[in-house]
Amino acid sequence: MKRYWPWALVVLLASVPLWLTDFYLLHILITTGIFMIAAMSLNLLLGYTGQLSLGHVAFFGIGAYTSALVALGFEVHILPEYTISLAPKPVWFAMLMGVVVAGLTGYAIGKLSFRVRGAYFVIVSISFAEVVRLVAVNWVELTQGPMALNNIPALTLGAAGWEVSFLRKPAFYSLVLVVGVICYIVIARLVDSRAGRAMIALRENESLAMSVGIDVTRYLVLATVVSAAMAGMAGSLYTHYIRIVDPDIFLFVYTVTMVIMVVTGGKGTLAGPVVGGALFGAIPEVLRAFAIAPEVQWMIYGILMILVVYFLPRGIIPAVEDYLAGRKKRTQATKNALADSGAPRP
Amino acid sequence: MGELVQHLLNATVLGGTYALLGIGLTLIFGIMRVVNFTHGELYAFGAYCMYALVMMMGVNFYVALVLATLMGVALGAAVEVLLLSRLRGADIDTTMLVMIGAWIVLQNTEQLVWSGVALSIHNPFPAEPFVFGPLSVSWNRVFVFLAAIALIASTYYIINKTKLGKAMRATFQDRNTAALMGVRIGRIHTATFALGSGLAASAGALLGPVFVVAPTMGDMAAAKAFAIVILGGLGNITGATLGGFILAFVEELGAGYISSGYRDAMGFLLIIIILLVKPTGLFAQKERIG
Amino acid sequence: MSQQSEVVLSIDRVAVHFGGLIAISDMTFSVRKGEIVGLIGPNGAGKTTAFNVVTGFLKPTSGEVRYRTTSLNGLKPHEIANLGLLRTFQRTSVFTERDVFQNVLTALHLQGRAKLWDTLLRTPREVSSESEMADQAREILRFVGLETRADERAGTLPYGEQRLLGVALALAGKPTMLLLDEPVSGMNPSETARFVQLVKKIRDTGVTILLVEHDMPMVMGVCDRIVVLNYGKIIAEGTPAEIQNNREVISAYLGEGKKRA
Repeated sequence: MKRYWPWALVVLLASVPLWLTDFYLLHILITTGIFMIAAMSLNLLLGYTGQLSLGHVAFFGIGAYTSALVALGFEVHILPEYTISLAPKPVWFAMLMGVVVAGLTGYAIGKLSFRVRGAYFVIVSISFAEVVRLVAVNWVELTQGPMALNNIPALTLGAAGWEVSFLRKPAFYSLVLVVGVICYIVIARLVDSRAGRAMIALRENESLAMSVGIDVTRYLVLATVVSAAMAGMAGSLYTHYIRIVDPDIFLFVYTVTMVIMVVTGGKGTLAGPVVGGALFGAIPEVLRAFAIAPEVQWMIYGILMILVVYFLPRGIIPAVEDYLAGRKKRTQATKNALADSGAPRP
Repeated sequence: MGELVQHLLNATVLGGTYALLGIGLTLIFGIMRVVNFTHGELYAFGAYCMYALVMMMGVNFYVALVLATLMGVALGAAVEVLLLSRLRGADIDTTMLVMIGAWIVLQNTEQLVWSGVALSIHNPFPAEPFVFGPLSVSWNRVFVFLAAIALIASTYYIINKTKLGKAMRATFQDRNTAALMGVRIGRIHTATFALGSGLAASAGALLGPVFVVAPTMGDMAAAKAFAIVILGGLGNITGATLGGFILAFVEELGAGYISSGYRDAMGFLLIIIILLVKPTGLFAQKERIG
Repeated sequence: MSQQSEVVLSIDRVAVHFGGLIAISDMTFSVRKGEIVGLIGPNGAGKTTAFNVVTGFLKPTSGEVRYRTTSLNGLKPHEIANLGLLRTFQRTSVFTERDVFQNVLTALHLQGRAKLWDTLLRTPREVSSESEMADQAREILRFVGLETRADERAGTLPYGEQRLLGVALALAGKPTMLLLDEPVSGMNPSETARFVQLVKKIRDTGVTILLVEHDMPMVMGVCDRIVVLNYGKIIAEGTPAEIQNNREVISAYLGEGKKRA
């Protein structure tokens, strides 16, 4: 029974476009879903592997920009005589490139950054994201800078005359749901495997991990690559949904949003980023009903994060799990006590 | 040539305040091992205090500077006592998250109170710059430089010549032994955070009248402060001082000769390069303060 | 003279200097296949430093360590583990937040066969590899006597059992040689006796053992040979009986200027 309720949830979610006609709500679900995928990717690096990477939005943004640029085509002059240009490619290919380039960036960053650890690593990760943002702002020839890349085409898939367009919200919602489920499964399989155990071991006790034969650098890089590629996927989805992308996508606040989602949901758990993503996707909408200023909304986020760290330090999901485990123990203890006292079984 | 010297002059003036930012953060980072995301907000707080005192309450400029700094000290102490004291002994990611939460709250409070409009603060100095030969520098900036040097010197004095400073250095080197020797670690934490925040606020109070005051001014300041801490090595005041000047020079020269758009990127690039090449910082041979 | 077995570990003129501090000045000794060798010496003599050098956690200032024919200089800890040389730690010897079974599964890392694609696509190879490792984990837990503790969080285990788990983690790497770092420190006599049985059981499977310890009765009882370290140098080598009567060793432990009994 327990095994199947996630699937029941998926079926329920899949049915949404059939009965939900409010496009605004669908929009909320879509953006929440995209953020959930990003949060899941961050959870792999932050939650499971224990690395304080605060530059994650860079991978998201690199995926978004790459996908946009490949779909739109571009031309840049590296040196006065030397031009690199690319003709527009089909969107599905562009999205794939978004994933690949983000993953490659993750590989490079992983290889370089893990020479420094702890607080220094945090700073390097933030700095990296900021440099990428400043490049996006300033390299106008490639990125259009603050003027944004727009008219980004929507995804269409098809062959032999039959075509599916993911322009409208219901279709895109289904796309995000499918991608989200796939990403969830990828993470689930990864963390319950030898590679996953290695990553968790790195988080728990690095020296011990080394002594049992785990290659630290290899698994840190692996976690970063998968995490970056998945964030790139989220970015690609974002780009072909919103269909405009500007350098603000690299702002530190978005990394913070992802971190809040992962931490409040429960870092190092599978459901954590999903719950966190749902929570922080829903909260702005709830607050909107009260006509609260965005500043106040952010203050609530900040306070909420502080409260979670104090009172539910491991996040919502572990707190719920502990509660259920505690209840199970108490029920079992009661049963045992009753049995010992010779009372008839309930 | 004249242009180069002008750049160097500008950099020297800026370097002093950068050094203040960096020293404050390196103390906090070094002694408390806290990734202090609120540092930039204390910088902004100092600037806003100046605005409120000078422009809204008509307080004397110099008095306002002192008051703004003291208010920064108070806010820093409050943050430490309210938020961090419970977390002593927690791991670095926990405190980091709390600091991020605090940063969000502080910045948005500022945004809410002052809205996003850029504000300017009048200064009592003559408007015409001080000119010698081909070089010119505004009196305001000269004052800022001198004030920064005075504050840096005061900090050196506190750290190296007072009992408090000795306790701080002891805590930095070996907190367990320091505790055994009677150092009240909790108080040292509060004092360190308050001192570091005060320095950040003073930098904001000094630079507020030079540039403009806006709610997001803290973000860049924080980023630069981190760059300086890494340049100079954790807990290394001399390193942070030198780092502040180095960063200012790199920025000025980079902006002047390469591209002004990437000016702010200089600090980040420096961080990345240094951490990859020499992770302990340019000056950290042995980690010590003072 | 019985035929001596081959040398599996040879430590040759190893020195470790930390700036001005000389942790190990000149250490040379070797361990033969199937031996249980004890490394003893007063506190601060350099024993754990020696372990860290051999297992790749510390780079020696000079000298060479060879494991069978391979030079260990410059190798990282996980590479050395891959050669069959595994160790336990004195403190934090287990993954405290995970349960015992997961601990051993993690330590079976080197026995895994599946690649990343196998994991993501859940191929038969992945499934069978995981199943094998689970079987091996149960087997190892039985071997050290912790099979009843499989589902408990490692950090909640009694101290002695945590040490057993630490050994289990090392055994998961299928060692040909095992380095035990103060394995019975903090154990009561019955735990120590149980541990000694385990050590002998391990040696009987063909594993060579080098251990560092302070518990003299334990060391004298289980080791074939003892090496004594003081001030970063080997001052004596021999059987337990020889060492117990060695004048230099006695004065090293009791200090100079003490009257002989």
